[in-house]
Parts: sequence; C-alpha cells; structure tokens
Amino acid sequence: MEKEMIDKELIENAIAEALKTGGDFAEIFVEDKRSSSAYFDDGKVEELTSGRDRGAGIRVVVGETTGFAHTADLSTQGLLEAARSAAAAARSNGGASSANKLIASNAPSPNPVLVLPETVEKIKKVELLKRADDVARSQSRSITQVSARYGDSRRRILVANSDGVYASDDQVRTLFSVACVATGDAGMQTGRESTGRPIGFELFDEYDVEELAQTAAQRALTKLNARPAPSGAMPVVIGSGGGGVLFHEACGHGLEADLVKKQASVFAERTGEQVASELVTLIDDGTMAKEWGAFAIDDEGHPAQKNTLIQDGILMDYMWDGLRSRSQGRKSSGNGRRQSYMVLPMVRMTNTYIANGKTDPADIIADTKSGVYVAHLGGGQVNTATGDFVFGMTEAYLIEDGKVTAPIREGNLIGNGPEVLNQIDALGNDFAMGSPGTCGKDGQGVPVGDGTPTLRVQSLTVGGTAA
Amino acid sequence: MEEKLLAIADEVIALSVPNEQIEVIAVHDQETDIRVYKGELESFTASESQGVGIRVVQDGRQGMAYAGSLDMEILKETLSEARDNASFGTFDEMLQIAEPDNVEPISLDLYDPALKEFATEDKIALAKELEEYIMKSDERIVGVESSEYVDSISASAIVTSSGIRRSSYDGGCYIAGSSLASDGKDMQTGFGYSVGRDPAKLEIEKAGSLASERATRMLGAQKASSGRKTVILDPYVTAQFLGIIGSTFSGESLLKGRSLFADRENEKIAAEILTLIDDPTDPNAFTATEVDGEGLASRRNVLIDHGVLNTFLHNSYTARSMGTQSTGSAVRSYNSSPGVGARALSLVPGTKSQQELIDGVDDGILIQGVSGLHSGVNPVSGDFSAGAEGLLIKDGQLSEPVREITIASTLQRMLLEVLGIGNDLERLPMRASGVSLVVADVTVSGV
Repeated sequence: MEKEMIDKELIENAIAEALKTGGDFAEIFVEDKRSSSAYFDDGKVEELTSGRDRGAGIRVVVGETTGFAHTADLSTQGLLEAARSAAAAARSNGGASSANKLIASNAPSPNPVLVLPETVEKIKKVELLKRADDVARSQSRSITQVSARYGDSRRRILVANSDGVYASDDQVRTLFSVACVATGDAGMQTGRESTGRPIGFELFDEYDVEELAQTAAQRALTKLNARPAPSGAMPVVIGSGGGGVLFHEACGHGLEADLVKKQASVFAERTGEQVASELVTLIDDGTMAKEWGAFAIDDEGHPAQKNTLIQDGILMDYMWDGLRSRSQGRKSSGNGRRQSYMVLPMVRMTNTYIANGKTDPADIIADTKSGVYVAHLGGGQVNTATGDFVFGMTEAYLIEDGKVTAPIREGNLIGNGPEVLNQIDALGNDFAMGSPGTCGKDGQGVPVGDGTPTLRVQSLTVGGTAA
Repeated sequence: MEEKLLAIADEVIALSVPNEQIEVIAVHDQETDIRVYKGELESFTASESQGVGIRVVQDGRQGMAYAGSLDMEILKETLSEARDNASFGTFDEMLQIAEPDNVEPISLDLYDPALKEFATEDKIALAKELEEYIMKSDERIVGVESSEYVDSISASAIVTSSGIRRSSYDGGCYIAGSSLASDGKDMQTGFGYSVGRDPAKLEIEKAGSLASERATRMLGAQKASSGRKTVILDPYVTAQFLGIIGSTFSGESLLKGRSLFADRENEKIAAEILTLIDDPTDPNAFTATEVDGEGLASRRNVLIDHGVLNTFLHNSYTARSMGTQSTGSAVRSYNSSPGVGARALSLVPGTKSQQELIDGVDDGILIQGVSGLHSGVNPVSGDFSAGAEGLLIKDGQLSEPVREITIASTLQRMLLEVLGIGNDLERLPMRASGVSLVVADVTVSGV
C-alpha cells in the first residue's frame, strides 16, 4: 500500500474509545473504494461512471451482543463519534476494557496486479466494448441487440482490532461481460458471458473480448432453436467449469458457521459423517491465485485460507468468521467478509470447488442413456434449513442414447443438498473454474468463484414445460 | 436535512458552464437494524449514510460520477470526473437532462413523526416480543433463526440546471421473523412480517403467526407428481412475479428491442379480469414517493386495463426517443443514472378471499413460496421456471404439503391464464403489493 489510509494512533484511540465503557472486543474497518464502469448498449457508449466510497465501520462485542456504527467522516471527531455510537449500540455499561497493542500482520496477496486500471486511459476501456459489440453482431443477422459492460474497482481496506490485529489489503478487480438478444420466429432469446479476475487491466492479455462476445452470441442463437425443457426427475450431467454454483448452493451455504450455529442448516452437528458420495471433495480456497473470490486478508483482517470442507464424502469442518469462531474457542477460517464498511461481516464463501475426478468426461455422457447436459448454469438459491435448492440452466441440451443432442430452453433445476451430494455417481478429470459470481446473503453481495469437473447427478428435477 | 441536501445540490449546479446540463441527486439515509436471538440483543446497527450522484450531458453525450460523501471538495472532483466521462459517450441527440413538465407532484404524507419518537428500547422490545410470540405459537417451533426490527428515514434532493428542484422525505419500518419448525424428522422454515410507517402500529401477532404457520404447515412435505395444474399464488409470491412482469413494461426495453410486449399496445395480453397499475402516488404503497428519479412528479399509470395493454413506462430519455411523455418512471440510486421501471405495482383486487378462491379449485396447488426467480425467469423471452413449495388443493380443500417442485410457464401465457384475483391486497417492503392469484395450466415438475 502506498501510504497508510489512516493514522495508526487514531485507530488505537478509536478502539480505546469503543471499549471505554467495557466490551469483549472492538474492531475498526476502514475502506476506500474507487470504481469505474463503462456501459455500451444499443450500438452506443451510453455512459461511463466513476465512483468513490470511503468510510469506516466500528463494532463492539459485549457478551452475545454486537453493536455497530459506521461513518464516512474519517476525521478524529468522526471516528470517535462512531466508536461511541457502536459502544452505545452494544449496550456496554461498565469500566473500560483494555486492548492489545496493534501488531502489523499483513499477508501476501495471491493476486499480483500488473496494470492498475486507474492508470489505463478510458478510451482503451471504451474500445473493448465496441469490439465486443462488433463481433457479437457479426455472428448472425438474428442478433438484434447487444450490450457490454466493463468494470473495475480498487478497494483498499485496513482492519484493526482489540486483539492486536492490524492488517491491510489492496484489492483490485476487473470485469467484462457481454449480453446478446437473438430474435427468431418464436420470439427472443438471450445469451450472456462474462470474465473477471482480481487483477488489473492485464486481464485482457489473457482474455479476448471477441471470444466472450462470440460465446454470448452463440448462446442466444442456439436457444432460438431450443425445445422446451423437459419436466420431471432425470439424470443431469453438469459440464466442467459451468456448474460450481451447484455446490455453492447444495452445500456451501449450509456449511457457513453462522447458519450452523443457529441449527438453520441440514449439515449442523454432522462433522465426521459421510454427507456426500465418496467422489466428492469440496474445498473453499481464498488463496487461489487470481480467482474471483481470492484476497490476502478477509474483512476481519484474517489471512485467506484453503479449507477442505468435505474430504472423500466426509464432512470435515464448517467455514468460520471471527465472531462465530470466538464463541467456539477456535480460529477463524478466513471467511469473514462484508460488502462494505457500512455492514457487519458474516461467514461467506470465497472460491468453492469440487476437486478433480478420474473419469473421461466423454465416458460420463456416453454412459448416460437419457437426461440433460447443462453446459452453463446461472444463479441459484438455497434454503439451508431444509437443504432444498434451485439453480438456473442458461445453456443446456438433451442427452439421448449417450449423446448430447438438441438445445433446450431455460429453466430451473431443483434438488435437495444432502440427497444430491449422495447421488453424484461420476466425476470427470477435466476440472475448471467457472465465471465470476456475486453471492448474495442477507442483502449483501460479495465476489465469489466456483469450479467443478464434469459430473453426473443420478436424479435431479428439471423444471421445464415439456412433458 | 432536505434543505441541506438541496443547498448542496444548488452549490454543484452553480458550477455548471454554458452548453452543459447537470443533474445532481443527493441522498441521506438513517437506518436502525435490530436483531435478537434467544431473548438477547444479537446485533444493533445504527447507520447513517449519504451520497451524491452527478450526471453531466454535454453536446449529446452523458457521463456520470458519484461519491459517498457530502463534502464539497470531493463533489468538485466528482463533477470533473463526470465531465471527463461525458467526453467518451456516443453522441445521441435525445440525451438531455429532464425538463420541468408542468405536472405538479401530489403531496403525500410519507413520514410519521412517531417513527423518530419511538424509543430504542421499545424497538428492541418489538423484536424480542416477535421472537417470543413465534416460539410460543406452536410446540413444533424449535427455533427462531432471526427476529428483527428495521426502520429507515430517507431524505433526497434532485436539482437540475434545467430548472427542476425537488426534495422528498420519507420513513418506514417493519418487523420480520424467520422460524424453524420440526416434527422430529423433517425441518421447515417460514417467515412473517409487518410493515408500516409508525412502529407502534406494527402487528406482532400477524407477523408471528404467519412465520409460524408457514413453517408448521409444510412439515412432512413430499414431492408432488408432475403435470399441468392450476396454482394459487400467495400474495407474497404474486408480488415477486409482478416485479418481473413490471420490468417488461419498461420503455427502455421497448426502445432497445427487448420487450416481449413490443407493438402490442391496445391489444389483449391478459385475462379480462386483470388490471395492473403502477401507482407511486398511493401513500399506502411502501415505495410511494412524490417524485421520480429525475425529479418529475410521480403519477398513476395503468399498465394493463381489463386485460388490454394500456401503456409502457418511460423516463424523460425513453419518452423523448419514442415521441411521448415521461410517465414519471425514472428509477435510480445516487450511484447510477436514471433507468426506467415500475415503482409501486399492484393488481386491482377482486372480491373473493383466498379461501373462496381455494374452494373453486378441484386439483391444484397453493404456492406459498418460490425460489430462484432471479435465475429462472427471463423477462426478454418470457420463459419462467421457479422452485416452489406449498399445499395441494383437492376438491376445494387445502391438503398435504409439497416441496422440491418447480412451476414453469411463460409470462405471456401466465397473464392470459389468470382465473381469479383475491381481495387480500397486502403491502410489502418491495416495489409491488401482493394479492392471491389463480393461474391455470402451469407445468409442475416433481417426481
């Protein structure tokens, strides 16, 4: 980091102020985020937007109660006032508690940035959009509308707390997406593709916007001829890279300690038990270099970690943040994250993926008599207490006699986490990470990654309209 | 606070130069979020946030910049950033900041002073009482995952170099609880809420019994058999669907060739009993406001009149581009430029209660919850498929619970297949109100 975001002595004073009337823990989270985006739609550069948000959130924990306040005013007065508000909110009411001396505890970033987006001329960002539009439209006359978005952000954070943690991170992210509409005799269809990494403008040395535009356009075109999706329970093969969201929903959320602690998860009190097919090893890894959910420290100042959640089908551990691990007398697993300085951190996933299998993916399809092949999944949603989850198919095909055949229209798949995990009966050797995602929980969005090799679920309910 | 925001916006506008149009939106929000767990205060968030968005249009090009701050030095930088951004936009002669349109805003009473006077301890007590009510409501309730009280007071101002200068001030509050029910084998969840502008009028019993009943009645749920069925959507589910249907009436989708209802004005697109209105001037709507995101007066727009498509929604840009008038439908936050969208949707209620609607169904499902709408509904093609749970309806009687099913159709067909609309209009903390809705011929996937 070029220079400290805020004076260390001021941080110490704010923590002392927060604990002036007692408390078990106090933390200050400072964030300075700059973002820029450019949007191209309907053949025009519609708009460039630049934004800046800067502020600090202060929390005080007293017993089971957390008090929280935030401010955009980073002056001494602003921070001390926020510290007093947080203490009052936590209902602390006694003599002062002491804090440990702050000790710098930075972690190495898994995401070295070569070209800071803020140093790149805006015209270069705009040119990428125009190229994507040209290429998408050149795919076919049936492509009737194209939009493309470029976005980058730089988020500098500093976390300090009464345990003595004093850590900072400089998080850069760059994202590009293309969405197309194709029009045919039976109406309109859409196709989308995106890429993003927690790195700078060098993203575009690695990824070709032309290729993204082509993929988005082809997805929309393919669906013009798509049949209605079938309905009912059947085998479903999920393609490599396109389906990590399945595990994010089917079990990821259910392994978050805040939900487990409230018994609001079907996986509560099940560590050491077989919860999935022996083929399944599930990992959450915040250190995964250049993946969308990677960072040096989480939003509580804890270094990112690689955590094995399920090993060969056996539940090893949950994901933890500071608050929940503290009450269990254990360490955080580096999963305490927040959308911004304006909200409290929660247990969140980072990059969640299924480790590679051994089977040739072609054999998995050939071995499936009939069912559905999902090349690309959209978002999903889960009820962690019941385990029921859904996720959308954005590119899918029928499997007939062991062959991938006709494209099918969009629809949701529905299943139950614990059941589906046990029904994974084939795992490919073609592991890949998927598209960058934003995970929503309790109204907060954070960037996450996911990945999987090709795999088959014996039975999932496909929610189409065909009989 | 409104005066302060107007003054800040005026100050930015005063910096405009000839041949440049500027629009400034300044907002200030105060929010309290109180959560309790097992009789104890779990978290208390007292938040205050502010921000300013500046949009510049110069020679038919637009740029935008925002900052989470009211500091004039930062806003000067923000203005230069917006100007710089404008230089990269594509020329579009229709691009302009909105002009006053001589429609006077209807004065709405959207803030009840009781909200500020309500003591913090009483707010905590409301959340605790709700938790306790849910816990005691039924012996099968084994936990309350969350019980919270939330209130917010929002002030905003919009000032433009073209002569618009408006402000608004509103407040709202709600309580919401989420329950866990178990019969020893199966676990189910349910949520309930009560919404208002005066905390003293929030209904614990209503929120609590809803949270309890929605969970307990789902215990022992199984998958349903697949087939085409008539479904009754619970008010909350209807509201979620209305939100998506509303987006298909956006003038922006129409202008850019993404609307499923393009060229269908004055045609029948829904059952005759269906009238859909977007009315942010209705003070009972949670999202009511006097002006829209460009500072133009809110107005009542009838989207579907007895089954016939009546109007699309426009902001000033889409209206100008299509040779019509703004419908006061600019939607935005301070960090985005104005889009187009429905702001307070509602179906005109029918005369029957939900029970009477159920009486009329031989073989169907009452859908009490849907999931995956964000991934399973495509507002461009109209295809939809959603995860669902609810209760079977057999010969006009509610029967066993079903879960892990999907319901699928297209938005176009769904509107035409509406057989009944309930009289149970419900205000929700979202941009649509709910009402029970009977829809025929929906594909249900289960086993």
